[in-house]
Amino acid sequence: MTPLLNVSDVRKYFPIRKGVFLRREVGRVHAVDGVSLQVRAGETLGIVGESGCGKSTLARCVTGLYPVTSGSIEFDGAPIGGKGFRRDVQMIFQDPYGSLNPRRRVGSIIADPLVIHRIGNAAERRRRVQELMELVGLNPEHFNRFPAEFSGGQRQRIGIARALASRPRLVVCDEPVSALDVSIQAQVINLLKDLQAELGLTYVFIAHDLSVVRYVSDRVAVMYLGRIVEIAPGEDLYKTPRHPYTNALLSAASVADPDLSARRERIVLTGDVPSPITPPSGCRFHPRCPKAQARCVREDPLLLPGGDHSAACHFPVVPGERLGAEHAGIPQESTEPGLGRTEPDRGGE
Amino acid sequence: MALLEVSGLTVSFPTPDGVVRAVRGMSFEVERGRTLGIVGESGSGKSVSTQTLMGLTRGAEVSGSARFEGRELIGMPAEELRRLRGAQIAMIFQDPLSSLHPLYTVGWQIVELIRIHEPATTKAQARKWAIEQLALVGIPQPDRRVDDYPHQFSGGMRQRAMIAMALALQPKLIIADEPTTALDATVQAQILDLMARLQREFDTALIMITHDLGVIADMADQVLVMYAGKPIEVAERRELYYRPHHPYTVGLLESVPSTTGAKERLKPVPGQPPSLLRPPSGCAFHPRCPYVMPKCRTDVPPLMGEEHLSACWLPLDVVGLGPEAARRRTEESS
Amino acid sequence: MSLTDASAEAEHVPEEAPAVRGKGPWRLAWERLARDRAAMVSLGVIAVIVLLALLAPVFAAITGHDPQAQFPETGLTPEGLPVGPGSDFWLGADSLGRDLFIRILYGARISLLVGLLSTLLATVFGIVAGMVAGFYGGWVDGVLARVLDVVLSFPYLLVAIVLVAALGASVPLMIFVIAFFSFAAMARVVRGQTIAYKEREFIEAARSMGAGKVRTMFVDVVPNLIAPVTVLATLLIPTSIVFEATLSFLGLGVDPRTASWGAILADSVDFYRVAPGLLVFPALMLLLTTLSFNLLGDGIRDALDPRSDRLLPGK
Repeated sequence: MTPLLNVSDVRKYFPIRKGVFLRREVGRVHAVDGVSLQVRAGETLGIVGESGCGKSTLARCVTGLYPVTSGSIEFDGAPIGGKGFRRDVQMIFQDPYGSLNPRRRVGSIIADPLVIHRIGNAAERRRRVQELMELVGLNPEHFNRFPAEFSGGQRQRIGIARALASRPRLVVCDEPVSALDVSIQAQVINLLKDLQAELGLTYVFIAHDLSVVRYVSDRVAVMYLGRIVEIAPGEDLYKTPRHPYTNALLSAASVADPDLSARRERIVLTGDVPSPITPPSGCRFHPRCPKAQARCVREDPLLLPGGDHSAACHFPVVPGERLGAEHAGIPQESTEPGLGRTEPDRGGE
Repeated sequence: MALLEVSGLTVSFPTPDGVVRAVRGMSFEVERGRTLGIVGESGSGKSVSTQTLMGLTRGAEVSGSARFEGRELIGMPAEELRRLRGAQIAMIFQDPLSSLHPLYTVGWQIVELIRIHEPATTKAQARKWAIEQLALVGIPQPDRRVDDYPHQFSGGMRQRAMIAMALALQPKLIIADEPTTALDATVQAQILDLMARLQREFDTALIMITHDLGVIADMADQVLVMYAGKPIEVAERRELYYRPHHPYTVGLLESVPSTTGAKERLKPVPGQPPSLLRPPSGCAFHPRCPYVMPKCRTDVPPLMGEEHLSACWLPLDVVGLGPEAARRRTEESS
Repeated sequence: MSLTDASAEAEHVPEEAPAVRGKGPWRLAWERLARDRAAMVSLGVIAVIVLLALLAPVFAAITGHDPQAQFPETGLTPEGLPVGPGSDFWLGADSLGRDLFIRILYGARISLLVGLLSTLLATVFGIVAGMVAGFYGGWVDGVLARVLDVVLSFPYLLVAIVLVAALGASVPLMIFVIAFFSFAAMARVVRGQTIAYKEREFIEAARSMGAGKVRTMFVDVVPNLIAPVTVLATLLIPTSIVFEATLSFLGLGVDPRTASWGAILADSVDFYRVAPGLLVFPALMLLLTTLSFNLLGDGIRDALDPRSDRLLPGK
């Protein structure tokens, strides 16, 4: 079966220009640097990663907002951007305040895709808008109001209604709940899941919150510095993470459970994510990796296709292995200065 | 006597659309060397209340009392408060860029801070001290980084520099307002570790303000939950997480996906956050509460209890999470 | 799982948003403005001035004093000096025996006409230039931005003097000159706002849905420009009025015989010792008008950009 979305070896570089007149290129941000993945119809693919890992850029490449630097993206067997693409693929944005025009009424905002794609006449559109508002749990009588009259959670519902107006098949959700209060997040997550079941939607769900991604996703991809370092069915990834970065990320996530939190072993990584302008050689995680060896500096590990669970690592973590805390992070009891190592070229000496 | 005693604090902001009642009666105590976690969602008043203590809310109408080592902070002359700030009480903010001056080096800012509060220190001494502080918070090559500007630091490094500044004068109390919210998970873990370690070492009291129950689960001795400008539940950490009383606390803890990966339907807290212009009558949570009783609509519940305080009309022994506790709450409320 | 389930859950969600008002942002802004006493008084003053200007011919009929008519017998003392305020000449007469009150009213017509028309012209050109530059960017923006820089760095008084010397003083010329020098300020603001809005997520959302550039510009950008443009336009009016008065004072504005505040002030220079009203009354009108427009502009700005929004829950 052909996947609904097929991303192969996509790269997206942003040039950095200097100078007033010549605007010569002095460098490139390697935002997405060789990503391949497939999304099957009806599933939810979660993409997690920290800020700057390229997950939002990838989302914008998939929805055609950014042209790719190289590589190809196919939707339903055809290159993206073709006829009907913008009807079939929609996006839900992170910021419920920034993504709705404050000077327009919500009815007109939700009807946008219908107007743009010339679907229906005015009366039909209005009926459809009210139907959509009801679908996402808003009072249909409020179509004449402005976004400022709604709370954050309700605005996100408006954004969802707009995304669904043209009856898309793939919806790319870019951090759809991270700007919402905890007590509201669950409302929106439940809504997204219900809509998927009801309308047979396919989701690409991008977030930095690991527990949310785990909850909504069938499969999860972990991104680091523009690459996918591990991709697996959700439970496999959370129970037996293979890439050291996935291990660190999972162990670093805070848990609202004091006992569980105290029991678990933290792998505290040293330093910060290196600059995507000059990414490290070989495996991009090697400067911070507790398992890094000489090979990791030289040789770029591949994310092997085939198989459900794959990790781009020369020395994957095996279940039960302890990632040495002595190798990474600030020692718990010591106050010795200067232990945070950030030089990206430290390498696996 | 506790290090900081706040009682009956109210803060209101007059706006063209009416009076925004940001804090409507805040009371808490912080002991030396202990950590108080203040949890709340946006608009709960958690940041405003501590900013008010520090005299950082301009144009606000403030009443109530806040005593730091017995000295009243509310109404204290600005100059005196400024001297206290930094030397005795330090603040760490979510966005370190907003509190580090972009045009001065990090080291210069720490040196200035030291010299303002300790005029006897020479420049060289202060600089040496600044380098030691940067080393303490894990900034590599502190003798070189001390001459860097804030923009030359990464997000995590800036937050470390903020902590170094906060610690420079060895304050008795640190107020950290969402110190890790802008940081990524792996960096957040570093910063929280660092804060916990330094706090133990210097026996500093810490107020940790956040919306993230996960952060508090690691850090706090005692937890205070705020809703619509009021504390609604105060308890020791384990008590609060495993035996919560207030339906809002229960809702917060139960609305997050389970840590085991179970995929049962999430239980959101219904409804929308309350308006601060017109807070609901009675218990501010009543429009969203699944166990609402007639009394809740009319009577404001005070904080009740001995060690475990809760502002809810349900009997104080009805605590806990899960279906059994839910059943008892339903029983008691009907 | 069915749709009814999804909406059923939402049903026990109280649907009323916090602080639901059912009013649009414009309505809210108006209500805020209505509570701003300084702005409301200014609006009242402006209304009175406009009314007086409109009614100038009526007052001319009542007093029987045409603005250009000279009354050497009644308007001047036997020594040839202008008479002071009285029942015949309400605010006194000028050096040629013309009725100062009537001339000030006719002057208001010129001031308001020039102020409003040149601002309107500047606004239209400013919006077009600013939006084209901001939205298309690239070399279009580069060229337009440099043009604006050049206009803004022109010594405008000098240019005005040269133009009037070459073409002769007239009201349309003055309106055009003033508009030309104030459109650049408007264009800059519009360009900046357009660029800022281009980066906003809702523009990205429109693009992701397949909206074209022109549609996005009119549907999503223009409504957001109304607020800053209104504020700036309100503040441009008094600037234009002062500019007109300055030019007229120098004899470069309207035909010197026409009544205009600047021209009256110029006349007063030789007589203000004996007839201080000649200086005081037009100056007071000028001050009152510009102050009112400025206060109103400030009020509109505050009403359109209420800081209180940030304190509302959910933000």
